[in-house]
Amino acid sequence: MENNHFDTEIIKTKNVNFYYGPFKALTDISMNFEKRKVTALIGPSGCGKSTLLRLLNRMNDLIAGARVEGEVLFEGMNIYDPEVDPVEVRRRVGMVFQKPNPFPKSIFNNITYGPRLTGTANKLDLEALAEISLKQAVLWDEVKDILGRSAMTLSGGQQQRLCIARALAMKPDILLMDEPTSALDPISTAKIEELIDELKKTYTIIIVTHNMQQAARISDKTGFFYIGKLIEYNATEKIFTNPDVKQTEDYITGRFG
Amino acid sequence: MTGQTVSGNMKRRYLKQHLFFGAVRLSAIILTLALGGILFYILANGIQVISWEFLTAPPTDSMTKGGIMPAILGTLYLTIGAITVALPLGVVAAIYLTEYAKQGKIVRAIRVGVNCLAGVPSVVFGLFGLGFFVVFLKFGSSILAGALTLGILILPTIIGAAEEALKGVPQTFREASLALGVSKWLTIWKIVLPNALPGILTGSILGIGRAAGETAPIMFTAAAFFTAKLPGSIFDEVMALPYHVYVLATAGTHIEETRPIQYGTVLVLVVLVLGIDLIAIVIRSYMRRNKRW
Amino acid sequence: MTRHQKEIIIKNVFFILSLVSILILGLIVVFLFREGLPLFREVSLRDFIFGMEWYPTYSPPSYGIWPLIVGSLIVTILSSLIAVPLGVLAAVYISEIAPPAIKEVLKAIIELLAGLPSVVLGFFGMVIIAPWLQETFDLPTGLNIVNASVILAIMAVPTISSISEDALYAVPNEFKEASYALGATKFETITRIIIPSALSGISTAVILGMARAIGETMVVLMVAGGAAALPESIFDSVRPMPASIAAEMGEAPFRSGHYHALFATGIVLFLMTLAFNLIADYISQKFKEVGSATL
Ligand SMILES: Nc1ncnc2c1ncn2[C@@H]1O[C@H](COP(=O)(O)OP(=O)(O)OP(=O)(O)O)[C@@H](O)[C@H]1O
Ligand SMILES: [Mg+2]
Repeated sequence: MENNHFDTEIIKTKNVNFYYGPFKALTDISMNFEKRKVTALIGPSGCGKSTLLRLLNRMNDLIAGARVEGEVLFEGMNIYDPEVDPVEVRRRVGMVFQKPNPFPKSIFNNITYGPRLTGTANKLDLEALAEISLKQAVLWDEVKDILGRSAMTLSGGQQQRLCIARALAMKPDILLMDEPTSALDPISTAKIEELIDELKKTYTIIIVTHNMQQAARISDKTGFFYIGKLIEYNATEKIFTNPDVKQTEDYITGRFG
Repeated sequence: MTGQTVSGNMKRRYLKQHLFFGAVRLSAIILTLALGGILFYILANGIQVISWEFLTAPPTDSMTKGGIMPAILGTLYLTIGAITVALPLGVVAAIYLTEYAKQGKIVRAIRVGVNCLAGVPSVVFGLFGLGFFVVFLKFGSSILAGALTLGILILPTIIGAAEEALKGVPQTFREASLALGVSKWLTIWKIVLPNALPGILTGSILGIGRAAGETAPIMFTAAAFFTAKLPGSIFDEVMALPYHVYVLATAGTHIEETRPIQYGTVLVLVVLVLGIDLIAIVIRSYMRRNKRW
Repeated sequence: MTRHQKEIIIKNVFFILSLVSILILGLIVVFLFREGLPLFREVSLRDFIFGMEWYPTYSPPSYGIWPLIVGSLIVTILSSLIAVPLGVLAAVYISEIAPPAIKEVLKAIIELLAGLPSVVLGFFGMVIIAPWLQETFDLPTGLNIVNASVILAIMAVPTISSISEDALYAVPNEFKEASYALGATKFETITRIIIPSALSGISTAVILGMARAIGETMVVLMVAGGAAALPESIFDSVRPMPASIAAEMGEAPFRSGHYHALFATGIVLFLMTLAFNLIADYISQKFKEVGSATL
């Protein structure tokens, strides 16, 4: 691998349990996520993948009755420490959702929404930032002439890349993606997969997917979940060729009951 | 986890949030105080006037003494009349709109009509009642004319509430019944209506409260300044609580002298109307909590 | 009669009965015009609307309702200035900020405010606010624009806040999540995403609230003071249209010029509120058709 760093881990969970009210959605999850790698989270529906993802940027705080036990260390600091402001966490840990969710605003205002909040007011700065982010998300050529148009008029695939660009404009360290291609056609999906490959040079990416081929294609490491537990966490190649746990193999080969 | 400038920026952002949340809470407090203040004031001034005699005796000494019984009765008659008119019409219209009508121009027109009717000022209802029921249909100023005027005034409220209640009945209930070969009307009558009944009921109660408190629509159509006798038929004029308050508070030479009676009448009216509303609110929140589906 | 025929009959009967609302609306128009139009044998429409003098009982009488229209507009505008922030903020509090228990209580409070009979609010304005205003500001009378506007605001707030609340509630959760995920605070999410997304619903709420204020009768009848002249300050008395109708109809001789003039005033009032309602309906309908997508 070309990016060989000594400090390879950027965020990790330590013995995390998570509850929606009385319901325990995650049990004792300990995972290291490596810097500038793509980590895929797979597992059957309802096993807690989204829950884990949303734990990493404290989006679960918004759900009434949700409760976390254990620690989530981001660059060594527990983001669930009472001192930590979730708003700052979310600024550094970006998120892309399953369904493209652009704001009902112009493309430009979508991209610049985050930076403006943190105080970037200069029009030229914002324009430069929009261009860079859109280029990173490989959307620039398609929208450079229609930046003032409503983001709602874009196609689903374009909307999703816009959402990625919007997250990138915040210059996050980590990008969380929850089934970002599940609502898209094959061509848009391929574009986003290429994009992820490109982005991992700069960003740490954690992606939830139901598409085994996708996980195999794009990720470096894969974690397999089942009913709230981390069953196996290994290099993607190993998971898909020679997993340690039989359950993992059954799931990947589609023999799951 | 942040540098100096960023955290300064953060402070400013949270300051704005605090100010905004302060304003938002303040508005809630103002509304609470407004209601509380008005109710407290009315209760404090009205309670000493209320007695058995006040509630059951007619006014005496050109309305400077005595009770308000004819006004209570009159309001009762008018309100019962209004709901008798509005409830069947409103429920039928709501059934048509939710169960039968296909979305189209006519339904849209009916909806716009209901919305516009809901927005007609109460004094215009009064004028209409005067022009149509009192003059054209020659009902004269009477319980009948007043009840009809109030009835059409609350019709949109009833339609809206009934529609909401009907829409709240799960589609599966209808499908299950229709699939058993039960006709559409029987399905509505046996399955849909019973399940929508609590919602329709609350809507009607709110409509009753509204009708009981209105003044302008009955001013020219039903309300009498003073009647020596209780009404003998629906073609007689009646006294009514809201109109009685208005008359005592604004007209005549005894405004200051009759203040206690005014407070008492206002209290009776408020207890009546808000009591009715409160019943509806309680029924509704009980229903929501114990939804069977 | 077959079952099928019976079904068809029921459907048609229901259809006809559901037209009653439209029918009544039509009858309202017909009878307002029937009793109001004869006025224009005596005065021109122009002199009626823009006439500065409302002396319906003089001889010769003059039927200019411009001061009445101005009175209506002024109390409506002033009351909106109070009611709109109050109502919208209360709606934001209920839908986005308040804990569940407070939310329920506040909703009940607003509903009870809506239920207060207008004559009661008018009475309250007369016996409490008027003397207080008169003393505090050393005025000849406390029955004036300010008093009427405050009370009308209390009446308009429930309309504004309950409709705004529905609109805020309908803002898709995805927008909120997207905003939070970008590191926005709750305040920023509310003011930059939620309120703009609900704007058409909030506009509808505001317009309906204003319609409520402009058509309200008892309050302006009891606390606006009743002077049929153009006001010079917000502490002057005015005589909004509904007040004039309600106060004078009892004394206007049947089918006299005065009687017709009051009906004609009713037409103006009716058309104004109708316009407000149609605009509100148009905005909310447009919102419904395109959904949240093109806001
Ligand atoms: N807001 C919530 N309140 C209560 N329970 C929830 C909530 N969100 C998720 N759950 C429950 O938590 C469990 C894990 O849900 P989660 O969304 O993390 O699953 P997932 O692995 O992402 O599934 P999918 O592949 O279908 O997206 C499920 O049993 C789900 O029902
Ligand atoms: Mg999920």
